[in-house]
Amino acid sequence: MSRTPRQQRARRLRTFRITVFVALGLFFLVPLISMAEYSTRVNGGGRSGAAWAALVTDPDLRSGILTSLELAVLTVVGMIVLLVPTMVWVRLRVPKAARTIEFLCLLPLTIPALVIVVGIAPVYAWVTYFLGNSALTLTFAYVVLVLPYSFRALDAGLSGIDVQTLSDAARSLGAGWFTVIARVIVPNIASALLSAAFISVALVLGEYTFASLLDFQNMQVVIDYLGKSNSQASVAASLAALIFGFLLLLLLTLVGRRRRGEPAVLAPTPQPGQEG
Amino acid sequence: MKTRARRLLPTLGLVPFLGYLTVFLFIPTIIIVVGAFTDHGRASLTNIQGLANPTVWQALKQSLILSASTAAIGAVFGSLLAYALVSGNPSGLARRAATSVCGVLAQFGGVMLAFAFIATLSYSGSLTDLLRDHAGIDIFGSGWLFALPGLILVYSYFQIPLMVIVFLPALDGIRVQWREAAENLGATTWQFWRHVGGPLLFPAFLGSALLLFANAFASYATAAALVSQGNPITPLYIRAALTSEIILGRQNLAYALALEMIVVVAIVMAAYALLVRRTSKWLS
Amino acid sequence: MATAVTERTGLEVRLEGLSRHFGDVRALDNLDLTLHPGELVALLGPSGCGKTTALRLVAGLDEPDAGRILVGDRDVTHMPANKRDMGMVFQSYSLFPHLTTQENVAFGLKLRGTDRGAREKRAKEMLELVGLGHQANRYANQLSGGQQQRVALARALAIEPSVLLLDEPLSALDAKVRAQLRDEIRRVQLEVGTTALFVTHDQEEALAVADRVGVMNKGKIEQLAEPETLYNQPASHFVAEFVGLMNRVPCHVADGRVEVLGATLGAREGSLPSGPGDALVRPEQLEVAAAEGGSGRVITVSFLGSITRVRVRMPNGSELLAQASGAEAARLAADQVVTVSITAADVLVAPAD
Repeated sequence: MSRTPRQQRARRLRTFRITVFVALGLFFLVPLISMAEYSTRVNGGGRSGAAWAALVTDPDLRSGILTSLELAVLTVVGMIVLLVPTMVWVRLRVPKAARTIEFLCLLPLTIPALVIVVGIAPVYAWVTYFLGNSALTLTFAYVVLVLPYSFRALDAGLSGIDVQTLSDAARSLGAGWFTVIARVIVPNIASALLSAAFISVALVLGEYTFASLLDFQNMQVVIDYLGKSNSQASVAASLAALIFGFLLLLLLTLVGRRRRGEPAVLAPTPQPGQEG
Repeated sequence: MKTRARRLLPTLGLVPFLGYLTVFLFIPTIIIVVGAFTDHGRASLTNIQGLANPTVWQALKQSLILSASTAAIGAVFGSLLAYALVSGNPSGLARRAATSVCGVLAQFGGVMLAFAFIATLSYSGSLTDLLRDHAGIDIFGSGWLFALPGLILVYSYFQIPLMVIVFLPALDGIRVQWREAAENLGATTWQFWRHVGGPLLFPAFLGSALLLFANAFASYATAAALVSQGNPITPLYIRAALTSEIILGRQNLAYALALEMIVVVAIVMAAYALLVRRTSKWLS
Repeated sequence: MATAVTERTGLEVRLEGLSRHFGDVRALDNLDLTLHPGELVALLGPSGCGKTTALRLVAGLDEPDAGRILVGDRDVTHMPANKRDMGMVFQSYSLFPHLTTQENVAFGLKLRGTDRGAREKRAKEMLELVGLGHQANRYANQLSGGQQQRVALARALAIEPSVLLLDEPLSALDAKVRAQLRDEIRRVQLEVGTTALFVTHDQEEALAVADRVGVMNKGKIEQLAEPETLYNQPASHFVAEFVGLMNRVPCHVADGRVEVLGATLGAREGSLPSGPGDALVRPEQLEVAAAEGGSGRVITVSFLGSITRVRVRMPNGSELLAQASGAEAARLAADQVVTVSITAADVLVAPAD
């Protein structure tokens, strides 16, 4: 029996889809599989987990991972302290400034991270002068780096609630501004905060540009450095970091999906400042 | 006076935020602009003139080639993938999963991505070994992975998923009714894409490609981890200028290079904004 | 001739034994339907009854599992949609957003290679026909919903289609525009004389616009008839209840006679043959009169201008909706005891609920 034109078209479409999925699927999968293979091979045959064991035994790698985790926590705290009160305040008292604040928050997307590093180096001379030469001072730069993404997440969350009415109600019951923000607004944008925190953590854990050019040893810098002596360990660390980031960001899309009407935080507009 | 002061008071709440951005975003930008035009503390065009140096020029050219080619590759394959996703069940699990994965891969760059391709295609990479042992093909060649061709391949790994994410909304905006109405009025598949689908998607396609261009142009970490010798592209030239005190005999060349990057990205983003405005005329 | 519309008579359209399944669902079940040349037939039914499937099969946007479709003497069953020459008006949002109103209308002609001058002239004529001659350079997002549908109609007619297909063209509009555009569609269709198939779930719309209405249920046409016949002589209790307001009054049938509300009436064809059932009675076939010792009690009296609706509770607890006019209505009030009687000579009896 001959096929009708409509069936032929459906068939052509299916062939096209399968071709695209298989071809691009291979392109994306082969490097990941290679990482697993490469990091576990032993010269002369066999498999070994030695490179993976280095993730916990290698002192440099361990301290780099630790630094990055500390930086992630500090950046999240800094981001929340800087952004949440400002954004709530804008909505409550200076709505005229809303567009300006949005523009400023999204600005780091259009300025490449590398460019910021070039200009920020002299500023960091002062930062180290006051705070000492600690990798944790990277927090200041990282807060700027995560600003656009956190802003989008928080903005979506705040748009979902009536900030004005909530704060009026709380203040009529005798709450001060601090209480309004900490006890009334924040609990109502919990999932947006969680999204903002997730994406910030993911970005900080993958950050290399600032750390390497300002000469601090975070996880990515150590992985890169290690590559020169033990590329298998570097590949193992990369795969581990990638999987961790994968889980984190997938978790983020799940959190994002729970609230209806919130745009996915991950859908990026320009991100020239990004690692890549 | 009193009422005016009271009116200004709320604005004071923005001071911490603005102060922070001033120190860590505005001042660095100003430092670049000022630094690009000073030499040994005096106004000078020396650094800007340094941009005309053949090696700097070559790096910019390679950067533009890298950005343009990965933007093109990303745009073509990304839109094909996006169409393959859209033409399936829109609420299906496959589509949701693929979109999430693309979201992750678009962010996946830097050191980790460089090592992924080192594990695959370097001299002793898995794929290199496999092809050498079983097909007798030498895919490593003379080390193209660590030069411009390698960067093009590696960048495609995050450009294609980024295209999927930025282009998908535009594809979703194409209604089934338009397809059916065109068909009804006598359009073949080709005519539909030529007269309806194409013109409708073209601005979004071009806009997405511009984003990809800016994204590639601004990328640093992947290239830095992959290429440890030579400065084939502008970002790596900046690395050299930052890490060695004086390059090409100029102290502040890094500022001029950074300014060059700002200008290129600004031009691209301005073109993008123009395109977005044009599309929003129809799809509102 | 310089008339805006090419004079032509429509073609006959025949749907023969059409079936379409989606998985286990029988969207169309052996459907037969003939549209006479120049006739407008409305397919009416609840959502999921198969009416839209039937229309999409005619348009070629879907293919039947069995049966054939003939337009004039051409078998188009497996012809691709873009070769069928059918104009279709969709539910909404079908205008191409990047083209002006005029370019939208001229689109089909452009595909056919009509030269620019001729297609612009034709597009203008068609826009005049639907009353939008002055909006030629607007984009879809600058038009109201009603205007967009007029443009869609002009676009569908511009190609001089063999058949005009309308897929719930009014359902996305608000009530007032809907009534207006409904009459407009009918006027234009009569003027161009194209055979038309109109799909809707709104019975008022179907009755107002169509030469004949096919009431569909579960993939079949239950009854195909002129609007008056459909309303006054429904062939089945599904049709009776889907079209217009209908009371269910408990009754008893035997030997073609129906005992209901103390009267004995004839049983209409299609009635339950015997036993207890529900007589289907329209509000205007019920007469309410104030009477001591009546069995009903008035619940509400609603004045609707030319008529008055009276809601009555019967002894068995059921409610009946009756229609009264002028003088008698003025004598009725809530809580009044009344008698209810049937003015019809025969009724249709359905199995009791």
